[in-house]
Amino acid sequence: MKYRSVFDIIGPVMIGPSSSHTAGAARIGQVARTLFGRKPRQVTVTLYGSFAKTHQGHGTDIAIAGGLLNYDTHDERIVHALETAREQGMEITWIESEEVPEHPNTARLRLEDEQGEMEVVGISVGGGKIEIVELNGFELKLSGSAPALLVTHHDRYGAVAKVATVLADQRINIGYMQVSRKQKGSEALMIIETDQHVPIAVQEQLSALPEITGVTVL
Amino acid sequence: MNFTSVSELVELAESKGLPISEVMIQKEMEWMDRTRDEVFGQMEENLAIMEKAVQKGLHEEIHSSSGLSGGDAQKIRRYIQESSVLLSGADVLDTVSRSMSVSEVNASMGTIVATPTAGACGVLPGCVFTAANRLRADREAMVRALFVSGAIGYCIANNSFISGAAGGCQAEVGSATAMSAAAVVEMAGGSPSQSAEAVAIALKNMLGLVCDPVAGLVEAPCVKRNAMGGAIAMVAADLAMAGVTSVIPADEVIGAMYRIGRDMPTSLKETALGGLAATQTGREWERRIFGKPEKE
Repeated sequence: MKYRSVFDIIGPVMIGPSSSHTAGAARIGQVARTLFGRKPRQVTVTLYGSFAKTHQGHGTDIAIAGGLLNYDTHDERIVHALETAREQGMEITWIESEEVPEHPNTARLRLEDEQGEMEVVGISVGGGKIEIVELNGFELKLSGSAPALLVTHHDRYGAVAKVATVLADQRINIGYMQVSRKQKGSEALMIIETDQHVPIAVQEQLSALPEITGVTVL
Repeated sequence: MNFTSVSELVELAESKGLPISEVMIQKEMEWMDRTRDEVFGQMEENLAIMEKAVQKGLHEEIHSSSGLSGGDAQKIRRYIQESSVLLSGADVLDTVSRSMSVSEVNASMGTIVATPTAGACGVLPGCVFTAANRLRADREAMVRALFVSGAIGYCIANNSFISGAAGGCQAEVGSATAMSAAAVVEMAGGSPSQSAEAVAIALKNMLGLVCDPVAGLVEAPCVKRNAMGGAIAMVAADLAMAGVTSVIPADEVIGAMYRIGRDMPTSLKETALGGLAATQTGREWERRIFGKPEKE
């Protein structure tokens, strides 16, 4: 089941004009920003398929820029996101790829600043729903059939246990979990699919844990 | 409480003696672990946003930045008020003007609720607010109608698709039309199986519809397809209330929609490469808006 909640169908509340090309694109941008953990200085966005063909018309570029500024899909500031990004010194380069992607609405975002870089591939599956299919070359197995937590953290002992404890205390069951890291002691990523909805209060609790650098719910 | 198809939904509702809206509310509470107040409250907020969008397009001068859409909802509203002859009747035209209004607001980068998508956001509010006027329905009945449409959309989205890029316009405005027809049937006191018949009748009439937006913008023909989707939904609901049934049941129509969408060429799935987008006038608009050379 790709769509779980009635609000996946009757929602999201958003700025037009396209749920896949605007709201979904904004969410891909926002997830990328959250995973990066800070404002990037430079972003290279490669658009594939329908995204590449129609991004100007649908405001896909505006929406991705809005997401990178950490705006929600219903944030009216999205309309001016391209100007705002420029004013804030965020340089965005757009590439329209001719490559035929597996999914028609695919975007690859490369975020960079002095401290580092990150690459995310997101697809917009329709109605504002998205899936992240690749992160820094790691293929993600996010089925999209359950709520998923993406937690970036320092690769230290106890980080996984602390996150699991918070979820257990809230009676949130883990259905699937994947932990990956670039190298020992570096940045690591937990992908956790849960059986229950993860309330905002719990997300905040997780963000506040030591060693945790970012929490995103998909 | 769970269902994955329209037939399961109808069976569940009728065996428990519940309306479709209540089945959807209870499923949402159970599966998302939320209270009735939370779930109902969020849907009430969605209804309020839809209402604002309906009013905005009917009473304010709105235009998209491309110049392709805007102002038509107002034109229809005046025509309803001033014309002595209404060929299709006031209720149909009220639906059309409201659906168009929300769609115009969407095209001008206004705030809307995706139902199921932004490209199809006009159909449901147009139908629900018009039916509410006609039936003197209260707020609760309107919120419930949104849950009915959500339940149908849930079945369509999980068994087929709801985006133009994946399945053409039949998946967007087609799904919205089917969802809306089921919703107004419950508002009018129809049974769950009558809602399912309305889904089948409405969706059958949208099968094969391609997604071919001029210049890739969600404007032409999207705004008018939303308007006409609203009209089809209301008529399909009336047919179901009259006892008309579909030869092909709703779930099989949804399956047909999936196969048709899968077989549809990429040029007709939101790429602006075919259909109306590739007409002479469509290309002229595209050049005017973006200054782009003609695509093959």
